[in-house]
Amino acid sequence: MKKMNPTTKYNMITYAVVIVAYILVAALGAAGHISSLMEGLLVPLCIYVILAVSLNLVVGILGELSLGHAGFMCVGAFAGSFFSMCTKEAMPGGLRFFLALVIGAVTAALFGILIGIPVLRLRGDYLAIVTLAFGEIIKNLMNVLYIGRDESGFHFSMKDSVALGLSPEGKTILNGPQGITGTPHDASFTIGVLLILLTLFIILNLIHSRDGRAIMAIRDNLIAAESVGIHVTRYKLMAFTLSASLAGVAGVLYAHNLSTLTALPKNFGYNMSIMILVFVVLGGIGNIRGSVISAVVLTLLPELLRGLSDYRMLIYAVVLIAMMLFNWSPKAVEFRERYSWKRLLHLPSGSGQSTGK
Amino acid sequence: MKRFLSIAVASAMVAAALTGCGGGASDSTAPAEGTENGSTAPAEGDSAAAADGAVFKIGGIGPVTGAAAIYGQAVKNAAQLAVDEINAAGGINGVPIEFNFQDDEHDAEKAVNAYNTLKDWDMQVLLGTVTSTPCTAVVEKTHEDNMFHLTPSGSAVESIQYDNAFRVCFSDPNQGTASAQYIGENGLATKVAVIYNSSDVYSSGIYQTFAAEAGNQGLEIVSAEAFTADSNTDFSVQLQKAKDAGAELVFLPIYYTEASIILGQADKMGYKPQFFGCDGLDGLLTVEDFDTALAEGVMLLTPFAADAEDELTQNFVKAYQDAFGDVPNQFAADAYDGIYAIKAAIEKAGVTPDMSASDICDALKVSMTEISIDGLTGLGMTWGADGEPNKEPKAVKITNGAYAAM
Repeated sequence: MKKMNPTTKYNMITYAVVIVAYILVAALGAAGHISSLMEGLLVPLCIYVILAVSLNLVVGILGELSLGHAGFMCVGAFAGSFFSMCTKEAMPGGLRFFLALVIGAVTAALFGILIGIPVLRLRGDYLAIVTLAFGEIIKNLMNVLYIGRDESGFHFSMKDSVALGLSPEGKTILNGPQGITGTPHDASFTIGVLLILLTLFIILNLIHSRDGRAIMAIRDNLIAAESVGIHVTRYKLMAFTLSASLAGVAGVLYAHNLSTLTALPKNFGYNMSIMILVFVVLGGIGNIRGSVISAVVLTLLPELLRGLSDYRMLIYAVVLIAMMLFNWSPKAVEFRERYSWKRLLHLPSGSGQSTGK
Repeated sequence: MKRFLSIAVASAMVAAALTGCGGGASDSTAPAEGTENGSTAPAEGDSAAAADGAVFKIGGIGPVTGAAAIYGQAVKNAAQLAVDEINAAGGINGVPIEFNFQDDEHDAEKAVNAYNTLKDWDMQVLLGTVTSTPCTAVVEKTHEDNMFHLTPSGSAVESIQYDNAFRVCFSDPNQGTASAQYIGENGLATKVAVIYNSSDVYSSGIYQTFAAEAGNQGLEIVSAEAFTADSNTDFSVQLQKAKDAGAELVFLPIYYTEASIILGQADKMGYKPQFFGCDGLDGLLTVEDFDTALAEGVMLLTPFAADAEDELTQNFVKAYQDAFGDVPNQFAADAYDGIYAIKAAIEKAGVTPDMSASDICDALKVSMTEISIDGLTGLGMTWGADGEPNKEPKAVKITNGAYAAM
């Protein structure tokens, strides 16, 4: 093996993990060895991986706390789904879905900028508070918004679908709390994996670029970063907007995987944002590969525990706590360092040190 | 920031743990007594096993954890009750039923996962899902797989948009239209106020069709005020507007918890219009700390009332109370009727458990339109090919703290 830059090596391993997993699943699927449950979970897995990785950019690399990631996902989902509903007959599936992804990403990014401009100028936990509010506001906004279309164009209302005044041929696209129904099923596992790779490519390259180092400098010491002439707000905004737009992409994927899209507390609420944050925290803050793995494990876990019926959510919570302790408690960290694979493998060279401890 | 983060994560854990505790008690998918080898059903295609070990595998989906758990729990319990009764009486054409209920947490994505889990279990007929939004997601999958799909209580129009799907309850538009027609035909009022929950599919769905039909019936909607799940404790503003507009009747297409608050606040204001509701108001009299005198005179269109006099209802309520300790609501009644509808359809079509789910579906979607059931939620229920039930909406009026048929 040629001498490889350690970061390149790290990145390549991350891509390889995703690609190998994809090939493995695709091969099993082709051979018919995959259960319906697993088959149904493949696209959601991709969605959560993208969400976790993109949130890690804000939480781990930028060092700001965002509690409204589901809000950006919601914006992307509704924008993309709305576009698909409007162009359902007019465009071929592939092109339509590609454009829906772009529209979802751009809309979410716009909201990211809107939120970021005032808030990222502040220091402290303000971003957490504002994004938390944003997520709740978006959810409620989607529940009172009615949009319909007939031959004379679009009709908007904030009251109810009767107030749209559609002609008999008109169709309500976004129907308040009933959301959007009938989004074409365009999402597939292959597209999901391609989007994961794209997300990883964007974020890993950003981290190791000049801009990425500036972002991390802000995280590590804001005053020092400012003193060397780093434009703090600009870089913060860059990372935050990018993260928001990737969440929007995940949202579009979500909307095109289910035929019904409603903004419920369950799918776009506070709990969902926290869930994504849990993926990031348990995978290791700032650790992109960890986010991928923890998102997969923690999404699969409640489904695999279905056998335990009523106790499954309880067990799930216990597993979460156990994982958090294993990852973050000082004793567990010490234990892991002592018995880590690397250490065991390199035992001869480092033996003197280990006996000394 | 670290501290904030740890608090946030810890609170998530607690929330997850609490959701986990929300689940109820019994989860026995136990087949009836007398079919020892029924629980570990043999793999399909084994023709020798079909003679004595075969079972009909009916799956159920609904929320048994989370905010809508009360509905899923009711459906799960009542369906299990019906399955146990049928099995005790010898099953369907001598074949016992095995029932497996999966949690969907009232979430479309989780409902699809639950459906796939049931598919891996070789489910042949689906009774579900309990709530509308997940049902709309699942019907897409059952249509793809050609799986017979009967929802007890998914009332949105799209929930049964394909020919393989049927429902036991009325659809939302059906209830809104029926309410407007009932008010108009019986001359209850001409000036109507509506208070509805705009964040709820059920409530806003009924309101929309009610508003559309009201004009045809010569009703004037003088005020239509919405609330959301986040603001469902104070209704004085909405009531004041209804009062100022001179409404003679207030239409409440909402669930009973909010309705009990509305009735109390209207009473304090000294506002006494006629209140009229849909099946969501069923349960009003059982709200804790609610003075049932306030509900005097309230009218509601509901297919099921737990204290109805007929023998079928009384037996069901008693059996349900003995088994699960509380009074069944209309969701339970819908599920109970659903299982019996499936039984009748299977008997009519003469399908056998060794057939594939797709063949069973083809047979059942024909026989479903030919059967007629005397159930808890209506006598002589029949189904159209569109999946909608044909049954009379029953209007009841609360008099002396009990439902009285009108």
